[in-house]
Amino acid sequence: MEYEAVIGLETHVQLKTKSKMWCGCANQYGSEPNTNVCPVCLGMPGVLPVPNEEALRKTVLTGYLLNCEIPRYAKFDRKNYFYPDASKNYQLTQYDKPSTANGFVDFELNGGISRVRITRAHLEEDVGKLTHFDRTSGVDFNRAGVPLLEIVSEPDLTGADMAYEYLNALKEILIQGGVSDCDMEKGMVRCDVNISVRPVGTKELGAKIEIKNMNSFSGVRRAAEYEIARQIEVLKSGGKLVQSTRRWDDAAGITEEMRTKENAHDYRYFPEPDMMPLAPTDAWLAEVRAQVVELPIARKQRFIRDYQLPAGDADVFKSNVELGNYFEGLAKQSKNPKAVANWIINNLLSKLAEANAKEAADQAAMGVDSADVKLLTLADLKFKPEALLELVALVEAKTISSSAAQTVFAEMFASGKAPAAIVQEKGLAQVSDTGAIEKFCDEAIAANPAPVADYQAGKVAALNSLKGQVMKLSKGKANPALVGEILERKLKA
Amino acid sequence: MLNQLTISELMAKLAKREVSAREATQACLDQIARVDGKIHAFISYNAADALAQADAADKLISSGAKNSLLGVPIAIKDVLAVKNQPLNCASKILGNFTSTYDATAIEKLKAAGAIIFGRLNMDEFAMGSSTENSAFGLTRNPWDVTRIPGGSSGGSAAAVAADECIASLGTDTGGSIRQPAALCGCVGLKPTYGRISRYGLVAFASSLDQIGPFTKDVRDSAILLGVMSGVDPRDSTSVPEPVPNYANALDGKIRGMKLGLPKEYMIGGLDAEVKAAVDAAVKQYEKLGAEIVEISLPHTDYAVATYYIIATAEASANLARFDGIRYGARVEGNDPIELYSKTRGAGFGAEVKRRIILGTYVLSSGYHDAYYLHAQKVRTLIRNDFLKAFEKVDAIVTPTTPTAAFKAGEKSGDPLQMYLSDIFTISCNLAGIPGISLPCGFTKNPKLPIGLQLLGQPFGEESLLKLAHAYEQATPWHREKAGL
Repeated sequence: MEYEAVIGLETHVQLKTKSKMWCGCANQYGSEPNTNVCPVCLGMPGVLPVPNEEALRKTVLTGYLLNCEIPRYAKFDRKNYFYPDASKNYQLTQYDKPSTANGFVDFELNGGISRVRITRAHLEEDVGKLTHFDRTSGVDFNRAGVPLLEIVSEPDLTGADMAYEYLNALKEILIQGGVSDCDMEKGMVRCDVNISVRPVGTKELGAKIEIKNMNSFSGVRRAAEYEIARQIEVLKSGGKLVQSTRRWDDAAGITEEMRTKENAHDYRYFPEPDMMPLAPTDAWLAEVRAQVVELPIARKQRFIRDYQLPAGDADVFKSNVELGNYFEGLAKQSKNPKAVANWIINNLLSKLAEANAKEAADQAAMGVDSADVKLLTLADLKFKPEALLELVALVEAKTISSSAAQTVFAEMFASGKAPAAIVQEKGLAQVSDTGAIEKFCDEAIAANPAPVADYQAGKVAALNSLKGQVMKLSKGKANPALVGEILERKLKA
Repeated sequence: MLNQLTISELMAKLAKREVSAREATQACLDQIARVDGKIHAFISYNAADALAQADAADKLISSGAKNSLLGVPIAIKDVLAVKNQPLNCASKILGNFTSTYDATAIEKLKAAGAIIFGRLNMDEFAMGSSTENSAFGLTRNPWDVTRIPGGSSGGSAAAVAADECIASLGTDTGGSIRQPAALCGCVGLKPTYGRISRYGLVAFASSLDQIGPFTKDVRDSAILLGVMSGVDPRDSTSVPEPVPNYANALDGKIRGMKLGLPKEYMIGGLDAEVKAAVDAAVKQYEKLGAEIVEISLPHTDYAVATYYIIATAEASANLARFDGIRYGARVEGNDPIELYSKTRGAGFGAEVKRRIILGTYVLSSGYHDAYYLHAQKVRTLIRNDFLKAFEKVDAIVTPTTPTAAFKAGEKSGDPLQMYLSDIFTISCNLAGIPGISLPCGFTKNPKLPIGLQLLGQPFGEESLLKLAHAYEQATPWHREKAGL
């Protein structure tokens, strides 16, 4: 019998806010333990939570980015459990009335577009971080009360690769939407996976098994691959699967049982009485809606359609929003957006990378800490964006050759001078005067008897060597097409 | 005797420089030294700190400062956070905990110049009706020390009745201000839910708790309410309703005001002397020109049950933070669960444990809908009863308690009987409306105070205080002193 996997994801994402969810403490990674704390996030006696307006806005903004409905009534609930990382021994979360619901994410998979439905994206608070020492444990409450969005997908995923691509697409949306930095190393994204398997062609879902403790997207993919195979194996060998929670051991590459349904927690949810329910107004929703950015996948499709870009180029502009904007500002004014894209992707990016490598080395030499090195951005470029259009036009009009164009670009990058000025200054204008070119050709033929003989003996490739010589003699200014024509005529004569 | 003065009397004397804040504070401290051994209203107090605050107030007074409570000694229930003072909630579990911040109400009193001193005894975590559930020993009624002062704010009521302070603060979740005020013969006000910020009030039941004053007359309650009220950015359940000058409402003009008498409150268990005193008070109101209307609050019978589901459910979560991990007393264990069990087992008293277990039960999967959800629906019905009644009347008049103060130990073995002593006060918290208790007479033998309760519309404190004040001015009860 063939089996198929049914996968749903619960992704926790820290929201990018200045302060925590219920108090004014900094939402900041990397501080000394228990320095971003106050009576509220420490759960001192008598304190009350007050919701962070920016977190509420970013939650609803995420809802819009994930094509969700925004209910006009939402609330917070207490999820009760005892654990030292929870300063109140309950976590505030949205149990049955989340701030967003019923959305979807479209993303690319195997050359097509796949869709995963989003059950809900609800707001909750992060908990503290436990560190275990020899005989004791410590809790750092810097993270306690950081706004955390839980994005719950429907069980629409059918494999480990699909889960991986969904997570990447989700991350890109959240980063570009400005709601989270999604830095996995800083624990800003955490993901639990629910997996079941069933015989192909059946509708009924198998026992749902939750996998925890993956700390990267590739970890999620590996865990899912392992778990799907494990579950199928259990069923094939006549075993039974029960609803349970398993822990991914990244080093060993296996999942291990943590608990089964029988000893599942009873969280005793009830509405948080310390806060009023949320009832967003039209005006507030409109204000949030105005912050919605174009989704990455829509942007890519639009670039392919409107600017006739190949998918690879559009991909670059999809992931690098700033670069995409730079491109689009020029493409709108250009008859040849593809050429503009080439200049940006092939030349501008590598020049920028080169300059930044030097910048980093220089600043390091001056003793600047690697985290504090300031790198150049598009805003720091010395030439105006329109100069690229000019450059493209010079090449198109055959005023300069493509190799001269490289020289022009290098100079405008270095000095910010206009392309026309550089062409004139350096005398890079292409020579299309047949008299001058014939002279160069005669010289080249006279000086290189060997390639001439080769060509005349039938080695057509020998022409390139002669062409090169002519270009050299003309200091790169001769029109290469004309050079080829004239050389051929002379050698065949 | 300066300690016997009301706030307005003391302020007048301070303004005229007839007395100093230090003298007034010393008078309170002397009275504590004289009588607190008999009633044990205070868990602790810091005399030197109180006198230092008084000296600072005197300095400000002599420099011409006119803050509304400058130099008035006010004592605080041990459930409200005062910076650098102990905060125990009358429980063992907080160990030697000291608050790192001021409750908003305390901050406002301090800004008005009050001298904040003393930690007043209470039922542990405000759970009880007799102040017998305190880890620091019971408080006794100044009118008869064999009897309880009521609860949970028993220390707050006893301290004011015994003139150990000029006024005090308590909290009221199901009657914890009004019931002890009634049993000790002082004025106790529970404001509308959301009127005074709860920030710094250690929560028992978040949707029911309110801070309120204990005072020697109605005017003083109006003064303290005015100082403490107002929206607070640290409490999102506080309401941005304007704060009037409550004392201006005390003009005695109650002619034509309508008072509702709920027929459901004239129950079998009502003591005859209490009933007679309340009947007489109603007659007095008629004499003063108020109109008496019979009203109905049909869901009254369900109030106690509803209350004990909602309050305990919220408490079960509110008290979860007392686990010995971050602060308070700790009993070590080999793992977190053992540490929790031992710490909480040793730290909480029997009544607190009973309520945590009850609250945990009513929220448990499989019981949640039958208990918690149901109780929330009934709560709405109870609130609607009141809102409907207030379409016809300005306030509702009832006894505060079914009987006068009972003997210590009399009901402590029977939780249900104890719970029923709050039968007249509980609905007010469920409805979120304001209520006040004021003296309306005494039982004959022994002589024990009887309380009259007035309930008002949401944010109707002005009418409530106006009505209470008019009655008070027409009767002698509030001038009587306990013969300690």
